[in-house]
Amino acid sequence: MVTVEDYVSRAEGTCGKEKDVIIIFKYETRDEAVKKILERATLKKSLAGIVFELAFKNYSFRLYGSGKIILRGLESKDELNALLSALLI
Amino acid sequence: MLDPYKIREDFPILKRKVNDQPLVYFDNASTSQKPKQVIQAIKDFYENHNANVHRAVHTLSQEASELYENAHEEVAKFIGAKGIEEIVFVRGTTEAINLVAYAWGLHNLRRDDEAIVSLMEHHSNIVPWEIVSKIHGFKIKYMGVNKDGTLDHRSFEKLVSKKTRIVCLSHVSNVTGIVNDVERVAKTAHDHGALMLVDGAQSVPHMPVNVKDLGVDFLAFSGHKMLGPTGIGVLFGKREILEEMPPFHGGGEMIKDVSFDQETKRCSIAWNVLPWKFEAGTPNVGGAVGLMEAVRYLKRIGMENVKEHEETLTNYALPRMQDSSEKIEIYGTKDTSKKCGIVPFGVKGLSSHDVALFLDNYGIMIRSGFHCAQPLHEVFKLNSSARASFYIYNTREEVDRFIGVLKEIGQF
Repeated sequence: MVTVEDYVSRAEGTCGKEKDVIIIFKYETRDEAVKKILERATLKKSLAGIVFELAFKNYSFRLYGSGKIILRGLESKDELNALLSALLI
Repeated sequence: MLDPYKIREDFPILKRKVNDQPLVYFDNASTSQKPKQVIQAIKDFYENHNANVHRAVHTLSQEASELYENAHEEVAKFIGAKGIEEIVFVRGTTEAINLVAYAWGLHNLRRDDEAIVSLMEHHSNIVPWEIVSKIHGFKIKYMGVNKDGTLDHRSFEKLVSKKTRIVCLSHVSNVTGIVNDVERVAKTAHDHGALMLVDGAQSVPHMPVNVKDLGVDFLAFSGHKMLGPTGIGVLFGKREILEEMPPFHGGGEMIKDVSFDQETKRCSIAWNVLPWKFEAGTPNVGGAVGLMEAVRYLKRIGMENVKEHEETLTNYALPRMQDSSEKIEIYGTKDTSKKCGIVPFGVKGLSSHDVALFLDNYGIMIRSGFHCAQPLHEVFKLNSSARASFYIYNTREEVDRFIGVLKEIGQF
């Protein structure tokens, strides 16, 4: 069974007042993760296939072609896991 | 004038690609890359000379001890210290400042005393003082920063008094790259009977630094920001002050004598001579060897040339960054005569992390966040900042690539 861990290499809180979370996908599965997210989320804006501004449920976030996402306004680890599950599983 | 293209040949990592793009490393204020000479020196130490120092009579220990002492000597000459007695090897700038805060601060600062720290400091020159002040109740006063990020000397001159025992200031801000007039501050501190501690993490790797000329009592810096390995750094302290200070850590190496007294049923201890009194336990000998080679490498280039190269790159980058997009904002002074090769900036509508991730797609590494200097970001009313920082191996072509990507970011 596919899990979030199959895709996510690291989840890191950013340094700064914003308290965002950066998700870094595993190199081997990052293309698949990016593809899945682009299929499931709504594209609001993109630039040169490098950065995609996306909306999904009540969240808006940016996905980078290099396999990284910046997520904002998350309250807890459970909320983060639920969002990643919905995007990837 | 240094030749960055020739220098780049010494740095194996600069040949790699990131995200299928040639690596551009502009995060030098965080840590520098390492030349093959430093990597080889560390490898040679572990392959041919590795042993514990000052412990044994055998050949390897003698060789390791000699290398370790030579590393102190090399560093002492590099910063104009009187001798190895004034050079304490530590893990890095943070540990060096903690050493002073605990070993000197705990024994010299009392309730009515004051320490003055600037608001532009890295957390490593704020937090140790806050921790120790909570133990002994002395006051910490913060000297202000002007809108352009330069030090507010008037605020310092208002704060300093006979109660001031130590003044703590970075030589170069790790956020703005602004070079502080340490000599002036040190003179005022000394006129009031206070000591002067300088965080040299961003100056020693990038410009000629002479402790005698600066008139400082303590200077802290890290090896890894000046081409050396991680885990090795330096505390310079004036000999007479270090002599008076009790040790920071206890253990082997830092003692001359530990004997059990049958009457008191306690051990009496005599400290080792400087600098070993402050180097408890088996030291990072491999790191010291790497640092020595890094210092030699920088000396061969010449620190004036290092400074000039970074000034040239900053002069080239700043106006082009500003012109790349209306959304780009440079933080702090744009007067390059007041700063070195660190450029903090933001892009309107994007967080600093977005900017860093965008650049990362193109193989360009910059830092984003608070850079461990949250109070200065509060002065600037910023949630965070992006920071490009240059070193000897960076080129104008790399700056051009960086500017090209900034133009794209500006379109997002």
